[in-house]
Amino acid sequence: MTTRPIWEEKPTIAGQTSKTAVITVVLAIIIVPIYSVVLTSFSTQTSVNIAGGLVLVPHGLTTAAYEQIFSNQLVMHSLLVSFGITIIGTAISMVVSVLCAYGLSRSRSFGHRFILMLLIVTMFFSGGLIPSFLVVAALGGYGSYWSLILPSAVSVFNILVLRAFFSSTAQELIDASKIDGAGDWRTLWAIVLPTSRPVLAVIALFYAVGYWNTFFNALLYLPDNEMWPLQMVIYTYTLQGNAMPGTGVTQTGQYFGHQAVAPLSIQMAVVTLTLIPILLVYPFVQRHFTKGILLGAIKG
Amino acid sequence: MQGKLSWRAKLRRDRSLLLMTLPALALLIVFSYVPMFGIVTAFQSYDIYSGFSASPFVGLAQFERLMTDPVFWHALENTLVLSAVQLALYFPVPIALALLLNSILSSKIRSFVQAVVYLPHFFSWVLVITIFQQMLGGAGPLNTALREHGWATWDIMTNPETFKYLVTGQAVWKEAGWGIIVFLAALAAIDQNLYEAAAADGAGKWRRLWHITLPGMRGVIVLLLVLRLGNSLTVGFEQMLIQRQAVGRDASEVLDTFTYFYGVVNNNFSYGAAAGLFKGVLSLILILIANKVAHLFGEDGLYRK
Repeated sequence: MTTRPIWEEKPTIAGQTSKTAVITVVLAIIIVPIYSVVLTSFSTQTSVNIAGGLVLVPHGLTTAAYEQIFSNQLVMHSLLVSFGITIIGTAISMVVSVLCAYGLSRSRSFGHRFILMLLIVTMFFSGGLIPSFLVVAALGGYGSYWSLILPSAVSVFNILVLRAFFSSTAQELIDASKIDGAGDWRTLWAIVLPTSRPVLAVIALFYAVGYWNTFFNALLYLPDNEMWPLQMVIYTYTLQGNAMPGTGVTQTGQYFGHQAVAPLSIQMAVVTLTLIPILLVYPFVQRHFTKGILLGAIKG
Repeated sequence: MQGKLSWRAKLRRDRSLLLMTLPALALLIVFSYVPMFGIVTAFQSYDIYSGFSASPFVGLAQFERLMTDPVFWHALENTLVLSAVQLALYFPVPIALALLLNSILSSKIRSFVQAVVYLPHFFSWVLVITIFQQMLGGAGPLNTALREHGWATWDIMTNPETFKYLVTGQAVWKEAGWGIIVFLAALAAIDQNLYEAAAADGAGKWRRLWHITLPGMRGVIVLLLVLRLGNSLTVGFEQMLIQRQAVGRDASEVLDTFTYFYGVVNNNFSYGAAAGLFKGVLSLILILIANKVAHLFGEDGLYRK
């Protein structure tokens, strides 16, 4: 709790009230839709019917929608694909980025300016969509999972964030370790990584979210719906309103067991599935955002 | 001492550092630099069976066709209009939010608000648009409430006329909260003694905002403005793609979707690549101009002069 500095005026009641009102509205605009989507996925058919759409006030809860999608092969497979791409992709991206960032973190090392320039050029100019597509296709990426990982495995921005951290905060430790005779690999592993946990967590979250949300690359490279990640399933069956194979979800609604499940609940259950991992990991990483981690890269 | 080393000695000394950069460089070369050479296809009539090397060259024919294609000009117009709307309606929001947040005294409330407003940045566009569709669409709570009161319903999700505002609204919902991070950092860097001195001299709240806070944020604002102007030709590709069915091609065609639909979907790779190259070169020129203007006004822009 910070206290008001002594020289600052006492806030007026009108000012205080309007500030509180604006903040409340901002919070509501973000929280209410998320709450409503999650609630709808747990709502009974009656509840959805009363609301006529997304449920704001619950009239009976059920997990029937989840029983439906957990027995649906398409959804379950896409969930598996999304997890697989996220875990493997994040691992690859982190190894490659941390190595590169550390390799560039020494201000007098051989060739680091040139390599840095090679990296930064790609932030401002690219061949564009078509040449990239043709290159990935020529390498056999069409219809293959690696096309969702390797082309987007390196984020120059993320490397710059890591580099800024390694070359400022960790620099003294690196120097000390070098004096003790440790090589670069050993210094990176034993000194730099353990002291850089917050920034590593943030960058890993950035990469993981990128892979988890991958949509366009899947649209581009995966023609077969049996290979789709979760985002493509939501796009096709929730946004475009196509009937989802194996659930018989149509606009007319349908029954599962003895309990009625609204098609909307099933759609919102799939949406909720993509939200859950983000909501689970987010609170643990979020507190590191503010520690000026990102600023270094933006300045540099 | 260090400066006297020959480059060979330096190379030997730093070989493990160089080795570490190799995996990232290899990926960038394959997926960023090779496609840059793939731009030649914009001057070809690309045939998927012949590849880059054997496809016939047609000179500037693709660009000549582009210049006379009304769909392309319409896509360019849509792109610029959307950029202008976003600049006017999106850009100030994170600044205002940052000032608001900065004025919250309780650090507990402040970190809670921060945690909430950063969150939508981590949602995919598919998710954000699904949420918008469900909340504001025909069957959503908003239109249900309007109908119950006998009022006219609001067809924002499917109306091509208001699509640019819908897209901007979605961008604000998803990214404005995240956008405050850099402004908060700039605010935190302002010397607090300035405020105290100004207050002691009788400067009120608004004068302190005008003479201390805003000048303190100016560098960051200019930097982001330069980046935004340089990115004028890139506007919400996934948003356009996902909502194309709902609002129609006319309202949602931008340069990126033009490239995608002509190039990939219609298998007209060279034509799409020409549109992509047009955009890439123009973007580069825009960012250099924006940077130059920033320098003229005595700001750093992307790099120091």
